[in-house]
Amino acid sequence: MANMAQAIRMALHYGEEHLGVTDVFGEDVGPPLGGVFTCTQGLKTAWNSPLDERGIIGAAMGLAMAGQRPVAEIQFADYIYNTIDLLKLAGNTCWATNGDWHLPMVVMTPVGAGIRGSIYHSHSFDAMMSHIPGWKIVMPSTPLDAYGLLISAVQEENPVMYLPPKALMRVRGEELIPGEPADPRELSKAIDAPLGDRSKWKPNWPKLEYYAVPIGKAKIVRPGDAMTVVAWGRTVPMCVEAAKVLEAEGVSVEVIDLRTIWPYDWELLKASISKTGKVLYVNEDTEVTNFGEHLVRRTVDELFFQLLAAPKLVAGKFVPGIGLSDPLERASVPQVDDIAAAMRALAAEQP
Amino acid sequence: MSRPRLVDTAKSGLSLAPELLVRMHDLMVKARVLEERLIQMYKQGDGYFWIGGPGEEAFNVPLGLLIKKGRGIEYDYLHFHYRQSATFLAMGEEPIGALRQMKNTATDPYSGGRNFAGHFSKAEWNLTPVTSPIEVQYATAIGTGLAQKRHGGDAITIVTGGDAGTAEGDFASCLVWASRPGNELPILMIVTHNKWGISTASSTQQGARSIAARGEAFGIRNKVIDGNDPEVSYRELKEAMDYVRTERRPFLLEASVSRLYGHSSASGANFVKSEPDCIPLFEERLEAAGIMTRKEMDAVRERWTAEIAAMARQVREEPLPAPEDIWNYIYWERK
Repeated sequence: MANMAQAIRMALHYGEEHLGVTDVFGEDVGPPLGGVFTCTQGLKTAWNSPLDERGIIGAAMGLAMAGQRPVAEIQFADYIYNTIDLLKLAGNTCWATNGDWHLPMVVMTPVGAGIRGSIYHSHSFDAMMSHIPGWKIVMPSTPLDAYGLLISAVQEENPVMYLPPKALMRVRGEELIPGEPADPRELSKAIDAPLGDRSKWKPNWPKLEYYAVPIGKAKIVRPGDAMTVVAWGRTVPMCVEAAKVLEAEGVSVEVIDLRTIWPYDWELLKASISKTGKVLYVNEDTEVTNFGEHLVRRTVDELFFQLLAAPKLVAGKFVPGIGLSDPLERASVPQVDDIAAAMRALAAEQP
Repeated sequence: MSRPRLVDTAKSGLSLAPELLVRMHDLMVKARVLEERLIQMYKQGDGYFWIGGPGEEAFNVPLGLLIKKGRGIEYDYLHFHYRQSATFLAMGEEPIGALRQMKNTATDPYSGGRNFAGHFSKAEWNLTPVTSPIEVQYATAIGTGLAQKRHGGDAITIVTGGDAGTAEGDFASCLVWASRPGNELPILMIVTHNKWGISTASSTQQGARSIAARGEAFGIRNKVIDGNDPEVSYRELKEAMDYVRTERRPFLLEASVSRLYGHSSASGANFVKSEPDCIPLFEERLEAAGIMTRKEMDAVRERWTAEIAAMARQVREEPLPAPEDIWNYIYWERK
């Protein structure tokens, strides 16, 4: 089974072979490195840019204007902040011109904590990004979804922000990507660049198949009936783990992977919350003006009389950074124990 | 216009074909009249804000005439700033669009009533959206330049900004990306230098010998020219464009221009007498050379004044956008 980095690489390969992707670029994206997370090794359209995030986003916009289909990478989401007015511009280009121009472009940037990345390799970006209309924002939590969401993203006519969680890049999936060899060693031998001299290396791509996860569709990853837990990115597998703990305690938790932050799948959330009467939103971005706060507000607005308890949010602490030391990082972003405790408290609430 | 005349080139210093000079004069006056009408609309309450390019006509008109106009990668990609109505008119655009944008009507062809005056957009001619941030066009120009370098042919990317905006990082980004060894980009980088950033003199903020000189460290050909002279502008633009078109390498052109009505309506939009005005300067030479008479030149102004005033009256009657229009085109829709 592929890990997420391999899944992204395979989706980009499929994109450049079959879906018209013309450029996969950014800092260290092309050979010899192929990305600091190896996501872009062996791709025929991958190239290295100057160390200039504003140039990267501007180049992606211009390439899209000139009829190309670019996928630009910002190496870590922590370094995307100096491009924020270009992100705003990309988001308003179609609207500001009353539909005269639109930008089919993908920006991917790894997000979140969990790799002991300290203050500048641990940021989340989903809440900040959700303040910039005109984009679609996706965040996979499994390699198969990483593949399928990227296949959808590169076919979009609008800018798509693709946010793979850093901590999940090396986690193997439980489902095969269509066309992927079943033996992970075989896959690695075929598409992972060797250590050392790579100048003569060429990947031996498996015969991949089209598989798209539609943008805007969430997924029930674990059915249950006592409460709904909606998470995205790295906190999805944590919520599943916590749900298993709660199951042992006799509480049945439904876990939903939001997958698309915007435009999100309210219908699925509404159906689940209407069924369980309780909802906990979980993500690792900082908790003040967190996207989960919007979901809490909408839940209260639209589902108030179906709720058995106040909607809850577990998110990152509102502190200026993720400290490097293990106790600091663990105290800053939700851990499985925190999520399980929140589930337990919510389960105990009586109307 | 095309009847033979006795041209006294020695006295005027003019050497371009008389037909072209007459055409440039017509467009310069048309653009000036348009901008003055926009200012008047603002002052009469037919618009919330004015910004534009009166004082840059002698440079912007030749630029518009030399552009390879069309849609797609075979044509020039244009990343303009908000002082280029003269370029747009010289490309053949009808002035009524600018009036509609000033009045924020639903018929505004560039933004549907959403954006400020002078913020043009026309995908049909590769004119990418003009924006209020004064630097971002130097970043997006990189992308169209990359696509055109890969494609080949003779189409180029043209990006324009003012002198103040060159202090922003995107200007440096464009210099860096346009001159990567082995992957130089066919970008004509233009700076129209009016010596001001709103109220701040560029001489107090920029220590470079010239803005064009910043190209030297990158091996980018560059030149400072008198943008108040339409003949100089035409010739130098042509030479710079020919170089970018054929060599597929960047060129940095700095043109001195005037800012004849201040930065925008925020500073009053009143005529500035202390800066050279390219139109009377050009008219003196046209007259001295026997290319146009005073009477003919006055007639040009009167004609555009009447035509554009009629357009402004028409625009005043056009509907504003509907409140529900805010939801249109957040995402791409097939038109």
